[in-house]
Amino acid sequence: MKVLPSGDKAVLVEFSEALEARIWAERLVEHLPVTLGATTVLVHAPRSAVQPLLTALSKSSNPHTPAHQGQAHTITVHYDGPDLHRVAGITGMSPDQVITAHTSCRLTVGFAGFAPGFAYLIDGDPRLQVPRLDVPRPHVAAGSVALAGAFSGIYPRESAGGWLIIGRTKEWLWDTERERPARLRPGDTVHFEAI
Amino acid sequence: MSIRIVESTGLTLLQDSGRFGMSALGVGPSGVFDRRAFQQANLLLGNDENAAVIEHCGGTLKLTATRDHAITITGALGPLAIDAQPIEAGRVVQLAQGSTLTIKPPIVGLRYLVAVAGGFNAELVLGSRSRDTLAHLGPEPLQTGSTLNVGFSTVAAWAGSITPLLPTGEFRLRVVLGPRDDWFTATAIEQLLTTVWEVDPLSGRVGIRLNGPNLERCQTQELLSEGVVRGSIQVTNNGMPIILGPDHPVTGGYPVIGVITDSDTDLLAHVRPGDTISLSRHLL
Repeated sequence: MKVLPSGDKAVLVEFSEALEARIWAERLVEHLPVTLGATTVLVHAPRSAVQPLLTALSKSSNPHTPAHQGQAHTITVHYDGPDLHRVAGITGMSPDQVITAHTSCRLTVGFAGFAPGFAYLIDGDPRLQVPRLDVPRPHVAAGSVALAGAFSGIYPRESAGGWLIIGRTKEWLWDTERERPARLRPGDTVHFEAI
Repeated sequence: MSIRIVESTGLTLLQDSGRFGMSALGVGPSGVFDRRAFQQANLLLGNDENAAVIEHCGGTLKLTATRDHAITITGALGPLAIDAQPIEAGRVVQLAQGSTLTIKPPIVGLRYLVAVAGGFNAELVLGSRSRDTLAHLGPEPLQTGSTLNVGFSTVAAWAGSITPLLPTGEFRLRVVLGPRDDWFTATAIEQLLTTVWEVDPLSGRVGIRLNGPNLERCQTQELLSEGVVRGSIQVTNNGMPIILGPDHPVTGGYPVIGVITDSDTDLLAHVRPGDTISLSRHLL
């Protein structure tokens, strides 16, 4: 664990892997507001408040699994995205193999960001690693299922975006009328199903 | 109990203190940019400290009242009038039923706050009345013809006035280096702290872009997205620093070279395109 300054009112705590960050985020958020990143937890409090808490929590028994088991979601996808063939080209697979790779893993919501309801999905097929577009598209349709780096993601609403789009879903992802407006939350799992 | 926007040229938004602890939903803080001016306005009027106000940036704003309201204007400084009669900023004035408040573009600063006794009412979205311009959350931007309901006020307003807090000339802000200052060359760190940066026109509530030398990295791998705060100075892949504002996304994939001290971020509400900013190192 590495503690880095993030201004005078927050501290960035860096971990060696995503799961460890998520477990620590769960523990820290009981005491202070946090923002979970890929392998980091930003704690929104001055270092003088965070450091003693980290010390105290380090001394107590350290769980190896998250306390909260996330919800399991199945998301149905039409794999007809504009970048499907490009992803196939980059990864050296056929489009059908890309779809099979994307639908045969159970992914985990690593963390949230970019936009309300946007979940960075981790633990996907390691062959599906692709760079972002050099120039982001000004308009990406809501429900676009896309890849960037080792992440998968679904655009909850129309926005600009630089991820490679391989499909689309009609399922809801963000709805402020619901008690739980973001469907996918850190720790949840997602299984994509081709239709 | 309402106020109508008769004319708005510019960006006219409702803001309160924002949304907190929603990062797991991908929802950022948003909220009023100049928090000190917000606190002043609500103190003057005897309002709840989180009562929503109008944050206006840009051209002319004209409001009329459908009944008598006590109002105050804080933040930027410029020509203010009620029915062509000039009024003072930073003190409570009466906007009588049928009267029109006219706010012209500011002389000093950029964002005016218009507050009313009782606060502006609008539907709460995730606990706040703030408009998040990045996430498109909260009350729609106010336009000519919009009507805002006003809450009840039972507290007497304060008869005194407050002193504006705005600097003139160059903005001098303090910066805490990190969390990713070690991703940049020593030259880049020196440039960050010695350059007189110019504010780019493509700046707003999401971030203030700075024109100057390109800050060079010594580590060029992709950063895994991590949490950012209001005041984080992200450096894009082409070396341009962007200071994040209240509507920043919750996580970012560009390395943050330093973070403006929290109290200095209020001043960023008032930097205009072409203004200059210099940064000095603040040691924790």
